Amino acid sequence: MSAAPASMKSAETGANAARGHAGGQGEAAAVEEIMRVLAGVPDPEIPAVSVIDLGIVRDANATRVLITPTYTGCPATLAIEQAIRAALDANGFSAVAIETALSPPWSSDWISDEGREKLRAYGIAPPPKGAGAASLKNAQAAECPRCGSGNTEEISRFGSTPCKALWRCKACAEPFDRFKCH
Amino acid sequence: MSTLPPLAAYAMRLGDDALIVGQRLSEWCGHAPALEVDLSLANVALDQIGQATHFLGLAGAIEGKGRDADALAFRRDVMDFTNCLLAEQPNGDFAQTIARQFLFSHYQELLYAALAAAKDERFSAIAAKALKEVGYHATLASDWVVRLGDGTEESRTRIVAGLDWMWRFADELFAMDDVDAAAIADGVGVDKAALRGAWDQRVDAVLADATLERPPARRPVVGGRRGRHSEHLGRLLSEMQFLQRAYPGATW
Repeated sequence: MSAAPASMKSAETGANAARGHAGGQGEAAAVEEIMRVLAGVPDPEIPAVSVIDLGIVRDANATRVLITPTYTGCPATLAIEQAIRAALDANGFSAVAIETALSPPWSSDWISDEGREKLRAYGIAPPPKGAGAASLKNAQAAECPRCGSGNTEEISRFGSTPCKALWRCKACAEPFDRFKCH
Repeated sequence: MSTLPPLAAYAMRLGDDALIVGQRLSEWCGHAPALEVDLSLANVALDQIGQATHFLGLAGAIEGKGRDADALAFRRDVMDFTNCLLAEQPNGDFAQTIARQFLFSHYQELLYAALAAAKDERFSAIAAKALKEVGYHATLASDWVVRLGDGTEESRTRIVAGLDWMWRFADELFAMDDVDAAAIADGVGVDKAALRGAWDQRVDAVLADATLERPPARRPVVGGRRGRHSEHLGRLLSEMQFLQRAYPGATW
């Protein structure tokens, strides 16, 4: 993992930010720093996007970070919490607690625009915004993340992780993952 | 069960249904007819086990005796499980599994939709979260009922047989008892009997699409909510609970 000198340096930065917690301005700076740290925590299953991009981090203040699972049974939930804990600790935010909230339930609409672009570049078709899950018979076509064609078909509603479905492009013949609307 | 606070018993039923359905589906892992189906069933199992973790964790918290979701899943014997009998029915062939999932998922989706309006946020939050997942399960199972029913002679024969077996366990899903009444009094419980009409409509619509008739009426089999199970549940638990039975308290 990262070399010791680097993490010591970031621990210093974190301590500086944590020092200013008392004032409102200090808190804003601390939250900004926490968000910067979290933006560097990748999703364990899809490392191209961060926990911020996916909308897993719901809220943060100087004392706690509020996260939400994408799916109730997602095996990455624990790994994500541990990765966030490690990143906070390494940056001098050991006192910041992590809390989990189920309500309101996570939605793929919470994936940021930047996150959607990162998914596409990684080869995963991002979910259309605000679209509900449709039946096999009238699933909304996805755009192939490789060639951009809309001439695609769903192979399986359930894919390699709970959040993805398996699709195939009929234009370039490549299979691809599609992030499920949720 | 009578020693549990009613809301703990209520949460436990929800958790037990999800846990046993999830365990049954996970038995397909590596054995399904096609890779895509294998992934689908494993994903549904994962969702169910995730929901079970939340509901059983809540049951343990309400009980207040230090039992967590793992303790309730792995350290209870068969008579203490309160899942519906439908959940524990053996997988049989693929069509029988789809028949079970079809009847169960439509019930679970209607149940969670109603439970999402519960006044107690501990219940409504889990239900609202799980509702989105269960919608996928109901669609998956319905699509397969249509494919099998309106498919080949062989697939049709099998889904007819699967539905015929599972149908006798449907009435228990909507049966109400004192635990339900107490949970309703607490602003949590769902009037399951009132969900029957909507369930009938959904199931009938899919069966019509699949060119299938409703199975002939059979004497309903009940008892799961009171811990009276078929012989199948004990075998399921002996596998699921093997590690904790062989090495009590083992952790890693």
